[in-house]
Amino acid sequence: MELNQLTIHELQEKIKNGQTSATQVIESVFNRIDVVEERVHSYIRLMKDEALAAAKKADEDIKKGDIKPLTGIPVALKDIVCTKSITTTCGSHILHNFVPPYDATVVEKLRDAGAVFVGKANMDEFAMGSSTETSCFGVTRNPWDLTRIPGGSSGGSATAVAADECIASIGSDTGGSIRQPAALCGVVGLKPTYGRVSRFGLIAFASSLDQIGPFTKDVEDCAIMMNVLAGYDPRESTSVQTEVPDYRQFVGKGIAGWKIGIPKEYFIEGIDPEVAAAIKKAIAVIEKCGGQCVDISLPHTEYCLAVYYIIAPAEASSNLARYDGVKYGYRTSEARDLLDMYKKTRTQGFGTEVKRRIMIGTYALSSGYYDAYYKKASQVRALIKHDFAEALKKCDVILTPTTPTPAFKIGEKTDNPLQMYLSDLFTISSNLAGIPGISVPCGFTAAGLPVGMQFLAGHFEEGKLIQIASAYEKNANIEKRRPQL
Amino acid sequence: MEFETVIGLEVHAQLLTNTKIFCNCSTKFGGAPNSHACPVCLGMPGVLPVLNKKVVEFAMKMSLATNCIINKSCSFARKNYFYPDLPKGYQISQYAYPLSEHGYVFLEVDGAQKKIGITRIHMEEDAGKLMHDEHNPVSYVDLNRAGVPLIEIVSEPDMRSPEEAADYLKRLHEILVYLEICDGNMEEGSFRCDANVSIRPVGQKEFGTRSELKNMNSFRNVQRALEYEVKRQQYIVENGGNIVQETRLWDDAQGVTNSMRSKEEAHDYRYFPDPDLVPIIVDDAWIEAIRKELPELPLAKRERFVKDYQIPAYDAGVLTADKALSNYYEEVVRLCRSPKAASNWVMGDVLRFLNEEKRDIRNCPITAASLAEMISLIEDGTISGKMAKDIVEKMYKTGSAPKAIIAEKGMVQITDEGELLKTISAIMAANPNQLGDYRGGKDKLFGFFVGQVMKATQGKANPQIVNELLKKMLAG
Amino acid sequence: MISKQEVEYVAHLARLEIDDAQKDKFTSQLNDILLYIDKLNELDTTGVEPMSHAIAVTNAFREDRIVDSLGTEKSLANAPDGRGEFFRVPKVIE
Ligand SMILES: [Zn+2]
Repeated sequence: MELNQLTIHELQEKIKNGQTSATQVIESVFNRIDVVEERVHSYIRLMKDEALAAAKKADEDIKKGDIKPLTGIPVALKDIVCTKSITTTCGSHILHNFVPPYDATVVEKLRDAGAVFVGKANMDEFAMGSSTETSCFGVTRNPWDLTRIPGGSSGGSATAVAADECIASIGSDTGGSIRQPAALCGVVGLKPTYGRVSRFGLIAFASSLDQIGPFTKDVEDCAIMMNVLAGYDPRESTSVQTEVPDYRQFVGKGIAGWKIGIPKEYFIEGIDPEVAAAIKKAIAVIEKCGGQCVDISLPHTEYCLAVYYIIAPAEASSNLARYDGVKYGYRTSEARDLLDMYKKTRTQGFGTEVKRRIMIGTYALSSGYYDAYYKKASQVRALIKHDFAEALKKCDVILTPTTPTPAFKIGEKTDNPLQMYLSDLFTISSNLAGIPGISVPCGFTAAGLPVGMQFLAGHFEEGKLIQIASAYEKNANIEKRRPQL
Repeated sequence: MEFETVIGLEVHAQLLTNTKIFCNCSTKFGGAPNSHACPVCLGMPGVLPVLNKKVVEFAMKMSLATNCIINKSCSFARKNYFYPDLPKGYQISQYAYPLSEHGYVFLEVDGAQKKIGITRIHMEEDAGKLMHDEHNPVSYVDLNRAGVPLIEIVSEPDMRSPEEAADYLKRLHEILVYLEICDGNMEEGSFRCDANVSIRPVGQKEFGTRSELKNMNSFRNVQRALEYEVKRQQYIVENGGNIVQETRLWDDAQGVTNSMRSKEEAHDYRYFPDPDLVPIIVDDAWIEAIRKELPELPLAKRERFVKDYQIPAYDAGVLTADKALSNYYEEVVRLCRSPKAASNWVMGDVLRFLNEEKRDIRNCPITAASLAEMISLIEDGTISGKMAKDIVEKMYKTGSAPKAIIAEKGMVQITDEGELLKTISAIMAANPNQLGDYRGGKDKLFGFFVGQVMKATQGKANPQIVNELLKKMLAG
Repeated sequence: MISKQEVEYVAHLARLEIDDAQKDKFTSQLNDILLYIDKLNELDTTGVEPMSHAIAVTNAFREDRIVDSLGTEKSLANAPDGRGEFFRVPKVIE
C-alpha cells in the first residue's frame, strides 16, 4: 500500500516508529494528485508549497519527539472554510479573488494539531447543491465512476479522501452535504451536533443548520478528527459549552443490548432496490453485534424537505446579501449607478442555483409571506425536533439509508431542482433537529457504486455514533475496494 | 378649524462602550477612515457576531431610568436592505422581542406633570458613513462607525406640540448623559432624533396621516422642523388637500422640510430572527444589580436641591440640567456651605462666562474650590460683593485662585475701623456744607458720604463698617 | 402561485436581474418548489412556538475589551475599488 492510501492511525504508527516521515507522506499524496486530479477534480486550489513547508516543520517536531494528534497528516479543506492569506472562494465567482485576513477556528485547531493542508476542495457554489456541479470551477467526478456525481455539496472533500488525494478532509453539512457525498464516495462522514464544532470562519449558507465535520477513510480516523475539531469557541454565540469526550474511547466498544431505531418513514418506495438490499444486510450485521432493532416513527418526516427549502434559502438570502461588490470579491465593470452595480455584480457573480435559492428565500421572508412560509416552517421544525426527542427515548441510535439512491449521472438532475433536492431526503431532518449523524460505507451496487448507511443520535452523542459505526465496520467484513482510476 | 398636533419621537443614542456591539473594535470617534474595522464589522464571509455585555447593561440602565419593563427574554433580528454603509446587507436590530417596553417620563407642561409613554427600547448596530463626491458620480464609504452600539427609544404619540417634543427630547438627553451611557453630542450624531408628526381636528380620535421627519441635528432644529411641518400640514388640510405618508428631510438653511422623493419602494425589510445570535435572558438578580448602579437621576436631584439647599425650583432645574454642573455646584456648596450664594454665583457669572465662550463646565477655569473660597471671602468680609465681581472675572480669565488675585491687586477690603475713621473725618472736613445739610435733616445725603468714602478707598472699604461708622460720626 | 411580476419584485429586493428568457423558466421552477412547500399547510401548527435555534444556548456575551482592529490597509486589501482610505462606490441615484 502507498502511504497516501493509509489511514490517520496507520500513518501515526509509522511516523512514531520512524518508518516514514511527514515529507514522504505529503509527497505520496501529491504524486497521487498528479496522476488522478485531472480526472476527478477534487481541488479548487492546491497548497503544495505550504504543504511541503508544513511537512518539513512536522518532521522537525517529530525529531524533537513533539508529536500531536495530526502531526504530518495531509488534510484537505472544503473551500468554504476561511484560510488566512489563502484565497477562499466558496466555489463562487463572486469570491474568486477573496483572500481572508483570518483563519476559521477549525483551521487553527487542525494546524495546532499538526495537520498539513493539501489544498482547498471543490464544492457546490456556497454549498448549495447535492452534486458538486454548481461550482464555478467545474464539476468534481465520482472516483468510482467518472460519469457520475460525487454528491455534494462537499463533493471535493469526499473524492479527495476516496481517491487517496489526502488522508482526511473537512466538509460542511447544512442538509446532508457531508453524509450524502460520503455515502456516494464510499467514505466515512460525520455531521456533529449543531454547536459542537465552531462555525467561525465557515462561510455561511444557512446559519442555523450549518455544521463542520470530517471525511475519513475509517471510523477510528473520524474519532481522531473529532477530538481535534470539537469544542467551545467564544467567537461563536451558538457554540455550546459542553464537555468534549475522547472520541477514540468509543472505537472498538461493542453495542450489545443497544436498541436501534428503524424509522418506518425512511423505508419507503422510491429507495433504490440495491440500496435497500445493502441496508438490509447491514441491519443483519448490527443485530449480530447485539443490537436490537425497534420500530420507531418520525411522523413529520414528509415535511422535512419543505421546511428545509424555506429555512435554508431564507437564511441564505440574508447571508449572501453581503456579496455586493463593495468590500471584497467580484464587482461588475459596467455599472451606471449604485443600484445597477449591485444588480449586475450579483447577477454576474452568482450561479443559477444560488440565485434560485436567494429568490426563494427572499420571497419567503417578504412582506405578507413571512407567516405563511418562514414562521410556518419554523413551527414545523419544532415538531420535527420533537419527533426525534420522542423517538430517541425508545432507542439509542436511529438507523437509515444515507441516500435513497447511489450516485447519479452528471447532468441528470441539473434541470430539475426539486428532483435534486430529493437526494437529501434522509439527511435533512438531523440538520433541522440539530442532532449528529454519521454515514458509513455499507457495500456496493452491482455496478460498483458505494452505498452508505446513516446513524443518528441525540444531541452531543457523537460518541454513540462512533461506537456503533465502528462496531459495524469491524463486523461487516465489507470487501476492501479502491476506486480504479 | 382647530387642529391638534400629535408627535411621537424615535431617538437613537450611541452608547459609550469601549468596543462595538458585536466585535472588539474601538468605538472611538475620529480615527483614520476604515481603521476601526475588523472582519466582523466589515461583514466578511464566515465571521460571527458576539454580543458586548456592556451594551445590554447600558440599555438596561436607560430602560430602568425611564420606567420601562425589561423583558425576561429578548432577541435580535435581521433587518435586510442594501446600502453601501451596511456591510452585511442587513442591520442587526431587535424587532419582535425588544429589550424593554412600557416606560414613561414626566414633562412639566403648563405647571402640571405630563406623562409621555415610551413604547420600547431596543439595541441595534449603527451603520457606517457614506460621503458623496461633489464633482464625480461616486461616494466613499467609511466603516469605522459600522457596528457602534445604539439604543433606539421609541415614544408613544403622546406629545401635543413641538415644544413638548423638544422638552421630551431634552429629558431623554439629560437622563442618558446622567447615566454616562451616551455623550449626547447631537452634531456628531451620537444622539439623533426622527419625529413622526400628524394633525387632526380637535376632538377627533383617529390619528391623521403622519410624516416622518429626519435630519434634525439640534434641539432647536427639532422644534423648528416640527413647527414648520405642523403649519405645512394645516395649510394642506385647510385648502382641501391630503397629507401623504412620507419621509421628509429638514433643511436647516431654508428652514423647511422636503419630501425624500419616492425612493420609497415600500420598504420590505424581511425581518427574521438572527440565527447567529442567541436569546438574552434577564433575571431579577441582574435587573437589581443594574438598578443599584443607577446614579441619582435629574428629577430626583432637582427635588433634593430644592429641599436640602432651599433654592428655588427654577435654580435647581438650571443647576441639574447638566450632571457636571450639578456636581460642580455641590462641590462649591460643600466647601463654602452657602447654597444660595453658590447658586447665584454659578448661575450668574460662571454660566454667563461659559456661555459666552460656548465652554463646558468641565473645562471651566474657575475650580469649584476657588469659587467656594471666593464666596467665603465675601462672607467673612474680606472682600465686598462689588470687588468679587471683578475678582471672579479675573479668576475666569487667569484661572488663578481668588486670594492670589486679591494679593496681587491689593484688593483686600478695608475693615480697619481706625483707618476708616481717619478717612471719614477727612471727608467730613472737606465737605462742611453737605455735613450741615445732613445734620439739618437731609437724610438723603448719607449716600453721598458713603460714595465719598468708597471713592477715597477705591471701593475697598467694607460697606457695612462704613455704614456703621458714618452713622455715628455724621450724627455728631 | 407566484406571478412573473412577483418574480420581478423579489429579484429587485434581492438585487438580481433576471432576463426575459430566464424569467419564465424561473417562475415555473419557483412555482414547482412553492407548490411542494405548500404541503406544510396540511399541518395545524396553532400554538407551536417557532424554533429558530437547534440548541438552546442563551446569554452568549463578550467582554467590552478593545482588540486591535485590522487597520485601514488590511480592511481595504480586498476592495474592488479602494480609493485612499475609503471603499468607493458608484453614486446613489435617488
Ligand atoms: Zn470590528
